[in-house]
Amino acid sequence: MSTARTSTAAGQQSSSATRNIVSGLLFGVGIAAFVDETVFHQLLHWHHFYDKSTPAAGLVSDGLFHAFGWFAVVAGLFLFADLRRRHGLWVRRWLGGLFIGLGAFQLYDGTVQHKLMRLHQIRYDVDLLAYDLTWNLAAVAFLVVGVVLLGQTQSRLHRDPAA
Amino acid sequence: MVPQHAADETGSALDLLLAAPLLVALLLYWLAVVVGRRPWPRSRTVLWSAGVLACLVATVGPLAERSGTSFPAHAVAHVLLGMLGPLLLVLAAPVTLALRTLPTPTARGLVRLLLSAPVRFLVHPVVTGVLNVGGLWLLYTSGLYARAHGEPWLHGLVHVHVLLSGYLFTAAVIGVDPNRHRRSLGYRATVLVLFMAAHSVLAKYLYAHPPAGVPAAQAELGSMIMYYAADLVDLVVVVVLCHRWYAASRPRTALVEQPA
Repeated sequence: MSTARTSTAAGQQSSSATRNIVSGLLFGVGIAAFVDETVFHQLLHWHHFYDKSTPAAGLVSDGLFHAFGWFAVVAGLFLFADLRRRHGLWVRRWLGGLFIGLGAFQLYDGTVQHKLMRLHQIRYDVDLLAYDLTWNLAAVAFLVVGVVLLGQTQSRLHRDPAA
Repeated sequence: MVPQHAADETGSALDLLLAAPLLVALLLYWLAVVVGRRPWPRSRTVLWSAGVLACLVATVGPLAERSGTSFPAHAVAHVLLGMLGPLLLVLAAPVTLALRTLPTPTARGLVRLLLSAPVRFLVHPVVTGVLNVGGLWLLYTSGLYARAHGEPWLHGLVHVHVLLSGYLFTAAVIGVDPNRHRRSLGYRATVLVLFMAAHSVLAKYLYAHPPAGVPAAQAELGSMIMYYAADLVDLVVVVVLCHRWYAASRPRTALVEQPA
């Protein structure tokens, strides 16, 4: 990234402003899905593979997000590599997308999938309230961090459109 | 392993019948590589050989024998024959090899065949996806799975379907062979994600609803093998697909951007 500070590189940064968000978003959603799968399903065994009381809609939603998560993490990384080879990587904006992706998936998982569709619960045989609150508040915190980061880059885009 | 009843003996004779075309495919590929005047990438020959091996392991030998009585063993064979084998075979570009090895008139005939309406229909990504995952839903949620173990011809037919539909689907999504009607990258990516979703939903469904004649514990282990092993193969497919995009969208100015 030795040329990142030159004017052409900065110009490319703003032209790929959207791509930075998309790449971060995809990677964020993918990582959230991956952490959910490995940490909570595989390592802690808090979540069940399938608790057999899940309605069809929940199973389909879970399947779609599982598949999309795999795809998103790979596509996000290839987009990241593409930004780098074009000297268009804008780390703050990319991280903004990442946190929004992380938060959005976790909030969807914690509200729609766990509660509305009753896919599975965070943990079994415990008082769920504390777990649910932690899960969803963490999701909101991720979203806030993402929005703040994007806001910072957005104001820079407006202040100096050529930058 | 002692055969339990007459169907098993007919079954293993049929397995040999299924293995024969695989061996012929292996020898033909090798022959084409040897007689061809232009060099052929060695990696592709390795891929083809490994692909045939994966299909053979699923069709004959100890794993195939065990899969008659054990659902987890069946799950491993299923992933080998329907996913890993086809992935390796597709990456070996057999059609490209055939087109440059066959005499010109025969090669032209092959091209005409590949461009014909029925073949074009069969290699459409959505059609191949439905044939693939739809066939699996049918196999495991109807009585077909249990019937296939009693009737060798049906068992053979299921094998052929699993291999062919796996091959056609993989070729439609990440095929390297010439395809005049290849869909856009976004289209193929969407079909792939939907296919992976349908596949993982089926695996979870089987966890709770074992196919007729399969004990619950075996169904649980088998469906988890299907779920996670399929994930690994699908991950490779996704990486190959994304890498195609990455290679194709290389910036033209890259060579002059960084003078030595």
